[in-house]
Amino acid sequence: MPPPAASTLSRARRPAMSASFAVERGRLDNGLRVLVSPDKASPVVAVAVYYDVGMRSEPEGRTGFAHLFEHLMFQGSATLPKGEHFTRVQGAGGTLNGSTHVDYTNYYELLPSNATELGMFLEADRMRSVALTEENLVNQVAVVQNEIRVNVLNRAYGSFPWLTLPPVLYESFANSHNGYGDFIDLESASLDDAQEFFNRYYAPGNALLTVAGDVDVDQVLAWAEQHFGDIPARTVPTRPSFAEPAPKGEQRSTMTDHLAPSPAVALGWRVPDPADLTAFLPFVVLAEVLTDGDASRLQERLVLRDRSVTSVGGYVGLLGDPLDTRDPTPLLLEVHHPEETSVDTVLAAIDEEMDRLAQDGLAAAELERTVRRMAARYLRDVDPVLGRALSMSVFEQQRGRAELVNELPDLLSRVTPDQLQAAAATLQPQSRAVLELRPGGPA
Amino acid sequence: MSATLAAAGQIVVPALSKAKPLRLPTVSDTELDSGLRVLAVRRPGVPLVEFRLRIPFTAPPGRAVGQHVARSQLLSDTLLSGTAEHGAADLAAAIQALGGAITASVDADRLGLGGSVLASSLPALLDLLAEVLVSASYPSEEVVGERERLVQELAIHRSQAGVVAREVLLHRMYGAHPYGHDLPQPEEIERVTAAALRTLHGRRVAPQGAVLTLVGDLQPAKATAAAAQALQAWAPTSASRRTPAPPAIPPPGAALLVDRPGAVQTTLRLAGPAPSRGTPDAAAFTLANLVFGGYFSSRWVSNIREDKGYTYSPHAQVEHPAAGSRVVISADVATDVTAPALLETRYELGRIATVAVGQDELDQARRYAIGTLALGTASQAGLASTISVLAGAGLELGYLREHQRALEAATVDEVLAAGARYLAPANLTTVLVGDAANITGPLRRLIDIEDA
Repeated sequence: MPPPAASTLSRARRPAMSASFAVERGRLDNGLRVLVSPDKASPVVAVAVYYDVGMRSEPEGRTGFAHLFEHLMFQGSATLPKGEHFTRVQGAGGTLNGSTHVDYTNYYELLPSNATELGMFLEADRMRSVALTEENLVNQVAVVQNEIRVNVLNRAYGSFPWLTLPPVLYESFANSHNGYGDFIDLESASLDDAQEFFNRYYAPGNALLTVAGDVDVDQVLAWAEQHFGDIPARTVPTRPSFAEPAPKGEQRSTMTDHLAPSPAVALGWRVPDPADLTAFLPFVVLAEVLTDGDASRLQERLVLRDRSVTSVGGYVGLLGDPLDTRDPTPLLLEVHHPEETSVDTVLAAIDEEMDRLAQDGLAAAELERTVRRMAARYLRDVDPVLGRALSMSVFEQQRGRAELVNELPDLLSRVTPDQLQAAAATLQPQSRAVLELRPGGPA
Repeated sequence: MSATLAAAGQIVVPALSKAKPLRLPTVSDTELDSGLRVLAVRRPGVPLVEFRLRIPFTAPPGRAVGQHVARSQLLSDTLLSGTAEHGAADLAAAIQALGGAITASVDADRLGLGGSVLASSLPALLDLLAEVLVSASYPSEEVVGERERLVQELAIHRSQAGVVAREVLLHRMYGAHPYGHDLPQPEEIERVTAAALRTLHGRRVAPQGAVLTLVGDLQPAKATAAAAQALQAWAPTSASRRTPAPPAIPPPGAALLVDRPGAVQTTLRLAGPAPSRGTPDAAAFTLANLVFGGYFSSRWVSNIREDKGYTYSPHAQVEHPAAGSRVVISADVATDVTAPALLETRYELGRIATVAVGQDELDQARRYAIGTLALGTASQAGLASTISVLAGAGLELGYLREHQRALEAATVDEVLAAGARYLAPANLTTVLVGDAANITGPLRRLIDIEDA
C-alpha cells in the first residue's frame, strides 16, 4: 500500500525525517517467512523470531500460559542441554531476551555479526525440538511467580492499569483476562498443555524470522534454508477474531492497592481497528497531543495550570506500543493525583479539554510539532539494529509490510487537523472505562 | 537431558567466524574559551543528532548535603520551566517543533541535559539549550507547584521496596558523603525557594569542567562551531568542583533489615567498593563479577533462578560514580526462601572469593565482555552516552580498546585476586527489605541482623 505522493510544498518545508532501510524477503517450503535488512554501519546483527500467538490466545483456566511458555523456550532442546542457549549466545558476546505481548511472542538476540549463523541455528533448534520437561516446567512456574511478585504483587501500582483496566473495558475472556496469570492457573499448567501449545502455535508457518544488520542477504537466506528448512511444516492455526462490541455506557470500577501511597485513575476508550492505519493513526497522534510533554493539552492543564495531579500519561495499546497490537485496542490515560484532588475533578478537567479539542480543533502548528517529535522518536527507536528488527518484524507479521519502518514518519505527517478533531470527539464519557485506584485496603 | 544430539555429534553447532576488530569512530575534541569541552562524532544513519551535556554538580564541601540534594533535584526539575524568553509550555513547544527533546537529570556528581533532535535542527536546538543555560528563570509559581508535585512523586517512589533498599544501602556505605544521600527528603524540599535555585544556577550551572557530546548525522567541525556560536553567552563562574573522595567504607557489620509487613518478597541487596575504570584490576574484576553473577550465564543466576526458582531477576552490577566505583548485587526473592536465597548468594560469593575459576568459564565471560563492547557503541544514542560517561570519568573513547586488551590478558589468578578483594561476603554491606516477622528467625541462623 504505497502512500499517495505528498504535495511538493509540504515536502520542501519539512526537514528530513525518515529512514531508508533495506527490506528483503524469503519464504521456506515449510511456511517460515524470512525478512532480511542488511546494514553494514556496525559489525552487529539482530536475529528475531516472531510467533503469531500472544496472551489473547491462551485458553480459559490457563491465564499466563503464553508467557510461561515463552520461559520454557529458553530451557534447552533435543540438541542442547538446559542453560546452553544462554551460554552460547553470551559466550559469543551477545545478549538475548524474549517477550510476550497481547498478540505475539518474540525471541531475539543481539550479536557481533560473526555470530549470525549461531543465532539463526539456536532459533531453529528450539523451533524444531524445544525440550519440555517436568523439571523445567516446575522451575519456570516458580520463576514466573517471582516475576509477578516483583512486578505486580510487591510493587505499588504494579497491575495498574495494564492488568486491571481490561476487565472493565472488555467482556470476553480473551481480551479481559490477566495475561500475567493467576498463580493457581500457572500451577495447573501441565506438560501436555505445553506440548499442545507448541504444536499448535509454534509451527514454522506461524512464525517470522528477521535478521537485520551486518549481513549478506543471500548468505542469510541460505542459512535460513540450511537450519530451518528441515523443520516439518504443520497446520497453521487460523487466527480468530477477538472483536467485541464497544462498551454501552460508561463502565466504572474501583480497586484498592495496599502498597500505594496515593490514588490514581485510568481511563480507556476503544479506538478503530489498527488494520486501517488511516482511521487508526489519528488516535495515536491524539494520545501525544494530549500527554507528550509540557506543551501537551493535559500536561499543560492538569500539571502546570491546575496543579491538581502528580502526573498524567497517555498512550494507545495496553502495553504502550500503539503499532504492535491488533483489534481491539484502547487509548489509555493514566493519572496519579493527591488525595486532595477528587477523581471527579480530574475527569471533569479531562472532559473539558477533550470537548475543547473536539469543538475548537488544534492551535496553529500544534499538530506539526507533535508529529515531528513523534517521527524523531520513532527514528531514534529504529536506529539501533535490534529496535529496527523488532519494529520491522511486527509490521511484517501483522501487516505484511516491513517497509512501514521507512514510511511511518510520512504517514504520521499526513494526519490532518480534521481527523484529529474527529478522533477527540469520539472520546466521550459514555464510551469509556474508568478504573479508580484507592490506596490502602487489605495486604 | 544428559545425552543430547549435539553431545552425540549428530548436529553441529555453527562455529563463530572471525570476530571483527572493535571499530571506534574519531572524536573531534575542542575546548572552548569558556572552558566547555565539545566532543563531536559523525555517525550517520537516521537523520538525528544525540546530545549529552554534563556539568559537575557535587555538593559543596562543609555544607548540608541534604539541602544540596533537595535544591539540585528541584533545579533539575524546573530548569526547563521558563527562561527570559519562554514560559514552560512555550519552551516545550519550541523544542518539540524541532523534533527535539531535552531532559534534565541530576545525581551526586553531575547535572545532565540530554536528548535528541532532527539533524537539520541542531543549531536551533543548541540556541534553545543556550537560552536555558543562560537565562533559566525559575518562576516562583512553577517552583512552588513543582515542590508539591515532587513531594508526592517521591512518596510514590519510596513506596517501592527497591528504592528503600537502595537508600538504606548507600547511607550505610557512605554516611554523610554526597553518595550517602540518594534522594531528597520532603522537609528539605519544602524549604527550597525559587531565589535559592537562581543562586545555585548562577554559581554552578557553568561551562568550566562541563562536557557537551554530539553524535549523529553531523559534520564535527560544523557542529562544534554551531555549539561555540550558540553557547557564546554561557559564561564561566568561579565554581568548579570534583566530588570529594568518599570516606573509607565502614566494615559491613550486621545486615540491615527494613520491615515491610506482609511483603510477598524480600528485596535483597549486597554492595561494596569496586575498582574504577582504567585501574589495574578493573578488567579482572569485571570478569570475576561476570562469572559470579554479572550476566545470565553466571553461577549465581544458574543457582538461584534456573536451578532453584527463588527469584526472577538476580543481577550483580557495577556502578561508576566519579569518586569511586561500587558493585551492587540485587535479587528479589520469595519471602519463604529468603534465608536459603541468602545462603546460596553467600556461597557463590564465597566461591568466587576463595576458589580459582575454571578456564572455560573465564573464557566464556571474557568473550561476553569483549563482544558487548561493540554492541554498546552500535547506535547513535549508545555511542553518545558511552562517550559522555567516559568523559565524565576523565577517559577517552579509546579506553574501550585498552579495556578490551586488559580483558584479553586477564588470568585465572588475577580474577581470583579481584574476587577475593571485592566480592568476599565478609566485606559486603547487606540490606534486606521484607516481612520481618517471617524472615528474621531463619536469617539469624546465617548472619547478624539489625533493624534499619
